[in-house]
Amino acid sequence: MTGKTLYDKLWEDHVVHTEDDGSCLIYIDRHLVHEVTSPQAFDGLRLAGRKPWNVARNLAVADHNVPTNHRDKGIADPISRLQVETLDKNCAEFGITEFGMNDIRQGIVHVIGPEQGATLPGMTVVCGDSHTSTHGASGALAFGIGTSEVEHTLATQCLVQKKAKNLLISVDGEVGKGVTAKDIVLSIIGKIGTAGGNGFTIEFGGSAIRALSMEGRMTVCNMAIEAGARAGLVAVDDVTIEYYRNRPLSPKGDDLVLAERAWQNLHSDNDAVFDKVINLDATKIKPQVTWGTSPELVVSVDAVVPNPADEADAVKAQSMQRALDYMGLQAGQKITDIQIDKVFIGSCTNSRIEDLRAAAVVVEGKKVAANVKLALIVPGSGLIKQQAESEGLDKIFIEAGFEWRDAGCSMCLAMNADRLEEGERCASTSNRNFEGRQGYGGRTHLVSPAMAAAAGIAGHFVDVSSWMGE
Amino acid sequence: MRAFTTLTSIVAPLDRANVDTDAIIPKQFLKSIRRTGFGVYLFDEWRYLDQGQPDMDCTNRPINNDFVLNKPQYKSAQILLTRENFGCGSSREHAPWALEDYGFRAIIAPSFADIFYNNCFKNGLLPIALDAEIVDGLFKELTDDYALTIDLAAQTISTPSGKKIAFDVDENRKFRLLNGLDDIGLTLQHADKIRAYETERAKRAPWLFR
Repeated sequence: MTGKTLYDKLWEDHVVHTEDDGSCLIYIDRHLVHEVTSPQAFDGLRLAGRKPWNVARNLAVADHNVPTNHRDKGIADPISRLQVETLDKNCAEFGITEFGMNDIRQGIVHVIGPEQGATLPGMTVVCGDSHTSTHGASGALAFGIGTSEVEHTLATQCLVQKKAKNLLISVDGEVGKGVTAKDIVLSIIGKIGTAGGNGFTIEFGGSAIRALSMEGRMTVCNMAIEAGARAGLVAVDDVTIEYYRNRPLSPKGDDLVLAERAWQNLHSDNDAVFDKVINLDATKIKPQVTWGTSPELVVSVDAVVPNPADEADAVKAQSMQRALDYMGLQAGQKITDIQIDKVFIGSCTNSRIEDLRAAAVVVEGKKVAANVKLALIVPGSGLIKQQAESEGLDKIFIEAGFEWRDAGCSMCLAMNADRLEEGERCASTSNRNFEGRQGYGGRTHLVSPAMAAAAGIAGHFVDVSSWMGE
Repeated sequence: MRAFTTLTSIVAPLDRANVDTDAIIPKQFLKSIRRTGFGVYLFDEWRYLDQGQPDMDCTNRPINNDFVLNKPQYKSAQILLTRENFGCGSSREHAPWALEDYGFRAIIAPSFADIFYNNCFKNGLLPIALDAEIVDGLFKELTDDYALTIDLAAQTISTPSGKKIAFDVDENRKFRLLNGLDDIGLTLQHADKIRAYETERAKRAPWLFR
């Protein structure tokens, strides 16, 4: 018998029932709930007279619509306010634990899950949000769902799923100076495309992934969805186990001993067979910058904006040209000549303490360039904000001319007041550079926190590794 | 959920790859706590020349006449023909809600993003993935009054020339869509199995059940 992949193990561990056609009823250990994709699901429960199957498995937090400053004044936009209040009301009615907007534990749902130990290795984790893939960094099977499935999870604690195929992306070798988890995942997406992972669960492996902290692994798994895969995974190792000691909701005492023993098995067997394997050389990865309106339109910072005329595929060439027009760029233009208007450091991709430290190192003792109108730092949770302040990072940012805000999704998707104006260009640590994503007519370049920070100081993109000395 | 059996409709061509859910329904409309009314905001940034806001009256907004859905010949189209990786991006079910509310019942493309594909079946919308060459052929054949007939039970698409194109669909999803069945009711038929699983799992992983 051949060995199993990590995904095979996690899947088999959660099958409640198998239908004749192979679709399975999968048990969900943790359901995370936020305000945008849940109101219609709670309505559905009420209409059908249903109750949550197991309230203790749900954890709710408002993140998309929350303001990142002047929280004591509440939410100014009445439509945003109604959505957050609706979540509060629904959680109270159905008995679901919610971290309120002014709770120190509030933050981006995918940041607070691991931070609290609410999502653990070996769990199945779902949320009405595509970036649920983030939690796969812990060796959990985690994926985004739509609102119908939010309602289904609330009512049954299960989902009907078909097993995906196994894809291993192995990144080996040591990355160079200034190259981060974000650059690794952007270069993966550049290589396989935004549809490359469709139908697969991606396991990220290899020495470059093993060398990442938990925060870095979360950044990589977060963007599995931008590579087309609903779920990304990293095997459990000592880094994972160390991370989950002493989390508020982590197992304690004898339970922790038992859990850690079980977690040790959360890796693919040596003789496991993957449907597809992709190998990447980490030593060749340079800091990445997206230039288009899809995350796959990405190049190294020392490159130039590509020319659609060089693309053989007509459909691709057409979408490249459309992207250039939208982004206001010329083929052949040097990436380092692109001037920016705003900087956004935050989002479920890059708002963890490690990200803030990396940005702070770059900006310390420097000033934001005169052409940069706004440079925002939005920590992923209230607790990360507190931690950063205890390390003095807030002062470094403020002295450099950055704004230091409260936790939330913020300008990643501009559902709150933080956004780009038409034609504005942003160096952003978020995950999507789609048209209008950060505001109507806004232009997004996805980069790592260190690269965003450096662009904020220089006023244009720079190769941050050249600032780091030998 | 509306059942889907057969459909004959003219076809609107959206000749773009990687159409993302932010394009299908921009995020400001996700602030609604309702499930309906998204159709007028479908493809909002492409369809109108101004910036759309939730609860906006769209009747007098400036229209982008170059956008395909604004062409009069496609006004009643219930089938959307598009390119690869349609529906990529966020998990928002508002995307299929908007497509369905606008009047689409089926989408034909070489491939779909997984979450979007899954969400369609929960909302009476049939996503059909065909080989890229077949899709390309349909784009080339397409005229203003080009109509296709989709028969879900037979899993075929009939073209005006009488050609039949077969398509794949998962049996379980097909059954639910043909009958317009609610997933939750079906799952709750297995309530005993879910309880038994929880009991057994609590023995293997007690820390999850404290």
